[in-house]
Amino acid sequence: MAESTLTTTTHRPAKSSFWKAIAAIAWKDLAAELRSRELLSAMLVFSLLVILIFNFALELDIATRRTVTSGVLWTTFAFAGTLGLNRSMAVEKDRGCLDGLLLAPVDRSAIYFGKVISNLAFMLIVEAIVLPIYSVLYSINLFQPGLLLVILLGSVGYVAVGTLLSSMAVQTRTRDVLLPILLFPVVVPILIAAVKASGGYLTNAPMTDILPWLNLLIAYDVIFTAIAFMVFDYVVEE
Amino acid sequence: MQAKPSTLKVLDIVSLILLGVSTYLALVFAPTEAVMGDVQRVFYFHVATAWVGMLGFVAAGVSGIVYLRTGDLKWDRVEMAAVEISLVFFFITIVLGSIWARPVWNTWWTWDPRLTTAAITELIYIAYFMLRQGIEDPDRRARFGAVYTLIGAVSVPITFMAIRLFRTIHPVVIGTESAEAQGGFNMTGDMRIAFFFALFAFTVIFIDLFWNRIRMGTLADKVEQLKLKVMQ
Repeated sequence: MAESTLTTTTHRPAKSSFWKAIAAIAWKDLAAELRSRELLSAMLVFSLLVILIFNFALELDIATRRTVTSGVLWTTFAFAGTLGLNRSMAVEKDRGCLDGLLLAPVDRSAIYFGKVISNLAFMLIVEAIVLPIYSVLYSINLFQPGLLLVILLGSVGYVAVGTLLSSMAVQTRTRDVLLPILLFPVVVPILIAAVKASGGYLTNAPMTDILPWLNLLIAYDVIFTAIAFMVFDYVVEE
Repeated sequence: MQAKPSTLKVLDIVSLILLGVSTYLALVFAPTEAVMGDVQRVFYFHVATAWVGMLGFVAAGVSGIVYLRTGDLKWDRVEMAAVEISLVFFFITIVLGSIWARPVWNTWWTWDPRLTTAAITELIYIAYFMLRQGIEDPDRRARFGAVYTLIGAVSVPITFMAIRLFRTIHPVVIGTESAEAQGGFNMTGDMRIAFFFALFAFTVIFIDLFWNRIRMGTLADKVEQLKLKVMQ
């Protein structure tokens, strides 16, 4: 806390440098990923395997498909998401990159938002590949604007909390297993609202049934982004 | 090693007496409910333990925020004491509720807002302790604990609202009840006495446990410091 105020007051970075810092951090992650493709391929293959397992576990025939599709999709995204969140923070911690980032004379919250953007990008890329594959495999049209909006809103909230918690989890002894245990109980509202809203769009439910869930998603996104923004300093403080 | 404060000693004894009286009121004094019979007597302690769980939940959230503002490790001990008490009492609430639900709802468990939220709160508490266990540095452990308590304290009410958008069958004895609730009843005068006495007794028990646990945390920290001094 003390160092961060010191650096911001002594350097007094211009306002635009905050956005530049966010963009630089997000770009660094995306560029590294474009070269190695470790994370994306792992998340993607994992998602497809989850769908495969569901296919056998649930017997996804036409009758059940309509009702369980949203549940299957969100379970897949939630599981694949922890994989990505864990990895993206573990990489920073392993090679001491996090210390380097923290030494940079930028606001700590810029690091958080940069990480959120890159994590969100990975998640959206995976979702963008999983959706058409799922559509083809089960001949169900998932490309509805409403459904895509729900997936975006759900992913934003999931990543906002997930990035904060993964930066805590990597600093513990049990970091490989801790993230899902910390994350899942607090993202329950997102999963409930997203499953309900997606299910509503897939079954052509009236808008009055879907709207409360959308509002809940937006409220959750705003509240948790604000909280994470406020407490991120405490999480990365040495 | 400072001696146990005499106020705390008195409070210990008062808590025990109150627990005894409250047990008598709930099991003997209160009239038997007409429809559900004796199993309804679970209600007095069920609500009282849930109340203690809520007190602990709020206390944990508040002390988490105070810790982040002040950085005083004392508040970390307060937070942990609150979480521990809340964890145990919500667990008792769930067990007592299940005992009541088996004959009345004909099931041990249902995915009702209150039940689900209580279960998720328990999971958050367990995650909280797993998080703390993985960190050696006391300052970092306290910071992470406080951040996670804060996130939990905000997410649990949202979870409750989210599940509440479904229908509920949990009865609401005080206040308005949803039409689908099963197993509700109206309290008579003697039931009220037993009920409010149980709430009062468990509030005192909460304060007593809370105080004892905070004191134990302080002593444990002192022991830790002495150990380090000896090893040097």
